[in-house]
Amino acid sequence: MSTEIGKFKAGSPMSDTLRMDRMPHIWCPGCGIGSEVNSFADAVKRSGIDPKKLVVVSGIGCTGRVAGYVNFDSIHTTHGRAIPVATGVKLANPELTVVVFSGEGDLAGIGGNHLIHAARRNMDLVVICNNNFTYGMTGGQVTPTTPNSAVASTTPYGNYEYPFSLPFLVDAAGATYIARWTSMHSRNVTQSIEEALLRKGFSFIEIISPCPTLYLRRNRLGDGVDQLQNYQDNSILKHGCDTRETAIDYQGKIVIGKFVEKNKPTYLEGVDKCCVKLVGDDYQLYGKTIPEREAEEKAEKERIAARRAAMAAAEAQEQAVAAKPRKTSAPAVKKAPAMAAKTKFQSKVMPAKQALAGTKKAPAKAAAAPKAAKKVAAKAKAKPVKKAATKAVKKASAKKVAPKAPAKAAKKAASKGTVKTKAAPKKTRK
Amino acid sequence: MKTVTADPKGVDSGPHFMDGDHALAEGALAAGCRFFAGYPITPSTETAERFAERAPEVGALFIQMEDELASIAALIGAAWAGQKCMTVTCGPGFSLMVENLGLAAMTETPMVIANVQRGGPSTGLPTLTAQQDMMQAKWGPHGDNAIIALSPDSPQECFDLTVEAFNLSEYYRVPVIILTDETVGHMHEKVVIPPADQIKVVPRNNYSGPKEDCRPYKFDSQGGHPMVRAGDGYNFHITGLTHNEKGYPVMTVEQSKKVVTHLMEKINGNADDIIRLDEDQVDGADVVVVSYGITSRIAVKAIQDARKEGIKVGSLRLITIWPFCEKRIREISAKVKAIVVPEINYGQMVLEVERSAAGRCKVISVNHCGGAVHDPQVILDAIRKAIQ
Amino acid sequence: MFFNDLKQTRGKIYISNDWCKGCGFCVQFCPKGVLDTSPEYNAKGYHPPYVKNPDACHDCMFCQMICPEFSIYVIKEEATNKGETNK
Repeated sequence: MSTEIGKFKAGSPMSDTLRMDRMPHIWCPGCGIGSEVNSFADAVKRSGIDPKKLVVVSGIGCTGRVAGYVNFDSIHTTHGRAIPVATGVKLANPELTVVVFSGEGDLAGIGGNHLIHAARRNMDLVVICNNNFTYGMTGGQVTPTTPNSAVASTTPYGNYEYPFSLPFLVDAAGATYIARWTSMHSRNVTQSIEEALLRKGFSFIEIISPCPTLYLRRNRLGDGVDQLQNYQDNSILKHGCDTRETAIDYQGKIVIGKFVEKNKPTYLEGVDKCCVKLVGDDYQLYGKTIPEREAEEKAEKERIAARRAAMAAAEAQEQAVAAKPRKTSAPAVKKAPAMAAKTKFQSKVMPAKQALAGTKKAPAKAAAAPKAAKKVAAKAKAKPVKKAATKAVKKASAKKVAPKAPAKAAKKAASKGTVKTKAAPKKTRK
Repeated sequence: MKTVTADPKGVDSGPHFMDGDHALAEGALAAGCRFFAGYPITPSTETAERFAERAPEVGALFIQMEDELASIAALIGAAWAGQKCMTVTCGPGFSLMVENLGLAAMTETPMVIANVQRGGPSTGLPTLTAQQDMMQAKWGPHGDNAIIALSPDSPQECFDLTVEAFNLSEYYRVPVIILTDETVGHMHEKVVIPPADQIKVVPRNNYSGPKEDCRPYKFDSQGGHPMVRAGDGYNFHITGLTHNEKGYPVMTVEQSKKVVTHLMEKINGNADDIIRLDEDQVDGADVVVVSYGITSRIAVKAIQDARKEGIKVGSLRLITIWPFCEKRIREISAKVKAIVVPEINYGQMVLEVERSAAGRCKVISVNHCGGAVHDPQVILDAIRKAIQ
Repeated sequence: MFFNDLKQTRGKIYISNDWCKGCGFCVQFCPKGVLDTSPEYNAKGYHPPYVKNPDACHDCMFCQMICPEFSIYVIKEEATNKGETNK
């Protein structure tokens, strides 16, 4: 029973974020880009930034089409040049929030030079990199992140090159916010993008996502569902992990989380500091003096805070309505046991948790509840980066959102479904 | 073309003793350019240096990007965020910029690119002059598109033509290329910058109408359409793909016809308003010397000597290189015996002259393989030979 | 005591058959097994999902978040006081 398309478009929560007149889009069944756009849209709404001040720039490739589908000021540039174009937009109007949404071939392949320089300059940009290990638009060629030994149309006998680890690359280049998720972790992606939108400096968010038509098909890895299942099994949540240990082997472990979050003056702050020393207080950029710009920035921050507060109030008000005890409440409901069936969470992870004290490396599976992740992070060595990350994790897990780690929810579903063996991702769908 | 007076902050009026490169930067500031993304390359680096020096006091922003490619990409972003913007480069850098020059032409993005030419090909003669990139300016980017190119012959004209270039690029929403050369770029001469109220500048015309009628493009082969600025809430979309007037990709044969015709006719159709020439005694001449840039100043000596010998010689200097002045050459070729085209390359603009003359008169190419200006004697010999 | 006045949040699921490309994400990863692949075809020849047991939906919106085609979304419904009915 499908909803009539007109009504569906009107009612869809994405109606103000997507150019509905351009739907449906061109991405293949099971591609991860759509999920990322969902998370991006949710993040934009939650962050409270003014959508009018948001500019999305994307390069060429499957992910390059994101600019055409989102309903913001958007520029679809030449291949690899999304970041310099975004740099130009940001520098020409510092009030704008500029997001680069492109693929790993576009950003780290042909556009690699711009990626490392923008990171070096700590240019105030949010770079969302959809990493599906292939050049999708042109038929599945090998990219700078394709794992060694993976098959692609231009490495038909297995990739003999060694891939970048993008977090390591941009960390070395100087990025001040680095996170990696998979397209499965839509809420974590949302939260990362939200944090990136609200902070200043070069934010890099890598999202591993399935490319069923090319990468998965050529490597006989099943389809989108199988790859998401693989992400669920193989991703390890390690906030604050040292980016040197974030390499991805072929169908190997994927370290996800927020690796780096530090503050460093952005490019424009550097320019202002230098020019004020030079010209004195009446220095102005494009006709606005620094106090004027700061006042505008503060006003914008207040507007954002107001929007976020309004959203939080609305949410709290909704919960209040839901929790209002009804006078004519039904007979006291037998308190349902928390989890009827013995789920994988209990059968496997719980014992691990109990034995946590002794073990060196807790099996911190992404499926573990955020509390487990927090404990793992807290146990990690107290490197400054790590301390900042655990503080962020407490903040993250403290935020009560219905089933926070979707992987956990998905885990339960998987255990309830026909998924018996955990081994190879060859699973029969429900 | 609606013009206003220049913003005095960017105008350093008064006489100066300045080289062509610096004059380019001053021209940009006078024209209201407040964003410059460049990359060092001999012989054009001085422009970037001058802009970087002047930026803080004028309230402009200079950024040295990681390569020329990034420089022009940054200009595209800055233009759509509301700034007039410029970059300066030379042969090798221009070759790197060519793809994004095509994107700028396709998305009708106003910007100015100065190409201070040097000896080529490849690394060639980095510190020596040449005019070997004339055809590259027009035919560089892939696909049919049209740009405007001007060619100053002195530092004073570097200043004037940069202001002119910004006005043309703002009105026609097209990249305008200033094709000068190392000699003009490094030659110090008197440059008089007029007071701000005497400088006519076309302001950036941003769309401010209702959101539903906002169209980044209008395919009517005319200039003068408003730009759309990021941050004004119009949620515009621009793409390098063949698009409709709303900017949405429409990759069909019919749409390509509309877009390409518009891009070409917007410039070629309005060639009469765009083209500026500098003529001297062309009417009644037996021989006309067609030249541009530094070569035109060398040709003056040859023309004077030829006139002393009683030869009726006219001079036609191309200030606008592209679109080419076909009509004017057609008229001249019907009345003169020969046209002499001296240029510091192996024969580029002479091909356009020949095409326009279409056999009505002899066209003699006085080419030079780069690295130096002509010896006037060589041009004089060509003029003599022309009238036999 | 504390639990029994907390209500089950309910969600009403809206699906657009036209846009669905049958990737199966929503069906596979819905934590409550609310959806299932319907035998019918849509215009493009894919099998869109259908709501098998609507009461089980707890408005976790994961199907909406994970759907790459934006062709499914959930609206929170008035909370009912029925006990847990997930299968």
